[in-house]
Amino acid sequence: MKVGKENTAIVGNVPDTGRYLDRMGLYDLSKTASPFVCHQKEEAGRFVPIKVIKTSNDQSRFITDIIPLLHLSENNATVVKYVIGELVRNVLEHAHTSNGAVVVAQYFKKTNRVSVGICDTGIGIWKSLNTHWHPKTDIDAINLALTPGITGTTRREGGTSENAGAGLFFIKSIAKITRNYFVIFSGSAEYTLLKYPKRVKKAPRLYADPNRDPHRSTNDLPCFQGTLVAVDISLDETPEFNDLLVSIGKVYDDAIRERKRKKYKEPRFV
Amino acid sequence: MKKIIKLSHMVNDFAENKDVAKKIRIEKIMPALTEGHEVVLDFGGISGATQSFIHALISDPIRKLKNVALDRLVFKNANDDIREIISIVYRYMQESLD
Repeated sequence: MKVGKENTAIVGNVPDTGRYLDRMGLYDLSKTASPFVCHQKEEAGRFVPIKVIKTSNDQSRFITDIIPLLHLSENNATVVKYVIGELVRNVLEHAHTSNGAVVVAQYFKKTNRVSVGICDTGIGIWKSLNTHWHPKTDIDAINLALTPGITGTTRREGGTSENAGAGLFFIKSIAKITRNYFVIFSGSAEYTLLKYPKRVKKAPRLYADPNRDPHRSTNDLPCFQGTLVAVDISLDETPEFNDLLVSIGKVYDDAIRERKRKKYKEPRFV
Repeated sequence: MKKIIKLSHMVNDFAENKDVAKKIRIEKIMPALTEGHEVVLDFGGISGATQSFIHALISDPIRKLKNVALDRLVFKNANDDIREIISIVYRYMQESLD
C-alpha cells in the first residue's frame, strides 16, 4: 500500500487472500481498481465493511445500523455499541482530522467473536496529550491515554465538562475481562494487551497502570501519524455488562483516589 | 417544582452522542437547576449509554452547582447498566470536588 498526503493506492501484486480486503472495502476506500472478480458475500451476520464516520450523527446512525448486521444478543450488542461509541467519539473529538474515523467490524463464527478496528489520520495520541501532560515518547503518551482519569483536555481531576479520561481505560478493561486482545498504535508506538489465558479460571484483575497488565509494547515502529485501535469481543466470554461496569468502576475509583492522595501534603515532623 | 426531561425524545436507544448530551445539559439541565427545580432525567426507552455521554450530561452541573445538583438531580427508569455508569460518574466527580 502506498500512502500519500492526498491519496492512497494499493500497489503491486496482492495475493488471492486480498479478496477479503476488497470485500471489506479497502480498494474502494483507496480508490484503487480491484484486481479481484468475486461474488460478493452477504454482509448480514458476518461483517460490516469499511465505513467512514465524520460526524456524531453519522456515528449514531452507524451504531444503530451495525447491530442488526452482526446478529448479536442484547448483552453482546450493548458491549459492541459501547466499544464503538467510545472509540469513534474519541476520533471525532480528539483526532482533529477532517477525514473522520475509519471503522470496520467482522464476526468470526468459529471463535464466536467480533473484531472491531477503528483508525484515523489525525494528530495522534502524543500531540493530543502534549498540551497538558508532555509525554516524552509515543509509548508514554499511549500509557497515559490508557490510565484512568487522564484526558488531553485538562490536568484537572474529574476532567472537563465533556471529558473525563475514562474511555480507553474502559475499553481496555472490557477486553481484559473478556480475555481478548486490545491493540493501540499511534506515532511510532504500539501497545498490545495480551489475552488473559482461558485456563486460568479466576477472573482477570484490572489495573489502573497499563504497564501492570500483561502486554507487549514498542516505541520504534514506522511512524503512523494517526491512531489505530483494534479490539476483539468474545461473545462467549462476555459477562453481564453490568458486572463489567461494576469491576471497572471500582478500579477507576481507586485510581482517582490514589492519584488525589499523591497530591496531599505530608505532615512535617521535627 | 419538578422538571422532567424525557431523554428518549432527544437520544437514540443507545445514548452515545455527546453533542446531544451537551445540548440537553446547557439548554435544559443547568437552567432548571439554577432556577431551583428538581430535575428528573427520564431514561425510559433507553437501553444503554456510554460513560462519556453520562459525563457530558451531568459532570458540569455537579462541578459547578455541587450539592444543588447532587440533591436535585433524579434519575428515572434507568436500567442497571445506566445506573452503574451514573454512579461511577457521581463518585469520581465528588472525589474531584474537594
